Amino acid sequence: MMTADRPRAGVLAIQGAVEKHLVALDKLGAEARTVLRVEHLAGLDAVILPGGESTTISKGLERLGLYEPLQAFAGAGKAILGTCAGAILLARECSSHAVRTLRLLDARAARNAYGTQVDSFAAAADADGAVEFSGMRCVFIRAPQFGDPGPAVEVLLRVDGRPVLLRQGNVLAATFHPELTDDLRVHRALLDRAGCGAS
Amino acid sequence: MAEDGTGRGASGNGGGRMTAESFELKVGLAEMMKGGVIMDVTDHEQAKIAETAGACAVMALERVPADIRRDGGVARMSAVDMIESIQQSVSIPVMAKVRIGHIMEARVLEAMGVDFIDESEVLTPADEEHHIDKHGFKSPFVCGARNLGEALRRIAEGAAMIRTKGEAGSGNIVEAVRHLRAVCGEIRALQALRSEELMAHSKELQAPYELVCFVHENGRLPVPNFAAGGIATPPDAALCRLLGAEAVFVGSGIFKSADPEARARAIVRANTHWDDPAEVRAACEGLASAMEGIEMSTLEESERLANRGW
Repeated sequence: MMTADRPRAGVLAIQGAVEKHLVALDKLGAEARTVLRVEHLAGLDAVILPGGESTTISKGLERLGLYEPLQAFAGAGKAILGTCAGAILLARECSSHAVRTLRLLDARAARNAYGTQVDSFAAAADADGAVEFSGMRCVFIRAPQFGDPGPAVEVLLRVDGRPVLLRQGNVLAATFHPELTDDLRVHRALLDRAGCGAS
Repeated sequence: MAEDGTGRGASGNGGGRMTAESFELKVGLAEMMKGGVIMDVTDHEQAKIAETAGACAVMALERVPADIRRDGGVARMSAVDMIESIQQSVSIPVMAKVRIGHIMEARVLEAMGVDFIDESEVLTPADEEHHIDKHGFKSPFVCGARNLGEALRRIAEGAAMIRTKGEAGSGNIVEAVRHLRAVCGEIRALQALRSEELMAHSKELQAPYELVCFVHENGRLPVPNFAAGGIATPPDAALCRLLGAEAVFVGSGIFKSADPEARARAIVRANTHWDDPAEVRAACEGLASAMEGIEMSTLEESERLANRGW
């Protein structure tokens, strides 16, 4: 997995739970830094789009001209993880309350699909998921849902039958918040992929 | 102090008390609002303007604090119809205020699925001794604080987010700065203590010992720490971030200014780039005048909203 060089990972810092991702990356030995401009992407092996408000973050992406550079970053085979709002931004389209997306994951996102904050919950992933993430406890905060995944999309984990962790090549999307728990397997999967991309 | 002996911060359990998991979900939403701007709005049109400008949440209320201050009388929870129309018009989280100690106003907002309840000194207090026991609610609460002891008392009662009180509706940042410096400075001072000094210090702060120990070990509050009260300009927002606030609330500052849409966008931009003066300067370009402010010495003690809360 990780080479002698520490993988370099960035966390998009327009708005949201940036700090928790930085801590998770640091725990796994990555060199972590925030991304606010196009030039901050240079030299990174992986990028995380954190949870927060997808409208707020999408407006920031627009203003900072980061849509195309992030698409190019993924196009170059670098690893990207989106959690919650970040996962919405990766989707092919966002079906409720339109938000411009990066179209890096061939699935449709529906925002706040479980309801408001009083419907937020934590649950164990269904038993039929990918072994590397088995038994994962998932925290959902005003979470989105993914539907209509294309053939290139692997559903790695489901909760109550609904996809919650999806992968398309170097792109990883979680509708839950691995950064809010001590389970670092999703971040590790990102860095493993970053290792592949760099070699 | 008003401890009932059963609330143990994040680990209260059973008998209708909050579980660790429920607290995790509440603080989780507060985490998601970090780096954002939460804007006061009084109707669904303002809510749309706030969302379009990039607000990470809106606070639904009938009158912005500047008008509450001007009008006088009793300020209560907003009309449920108004809150509902705002909930229907935006996709970002909707917060609303209840009077300090008004358990039933809070139960009504919870039943409406409001995303965050602000037990707020801006409204006229319903109870001059007790705040709401916030553990038993599914909705998370934010409370104002002027200093570390007050912040920790609210967290012990179940608050999932702390904000400075500042002086709402004043357009004057001085009180928010005072409260931020107090909370953050007292945290730094607490970190420097020796472990055997923590019990006496907790007595002095009038705050639970367990929470005092948490702050001593971690150098931060156990919940996100935001700023509110008097923020009127992009540099005001950036200053709060510089002094340690993790996000900002803007009340009267936007919709009492000459150009709310531009000001809302500008404050969002300055807040994202708070440590980049060139960006904060760019955010200020072309802005019409800010709301009028009130100099603190012209406010009687009895007119100061920050004095409400115990």
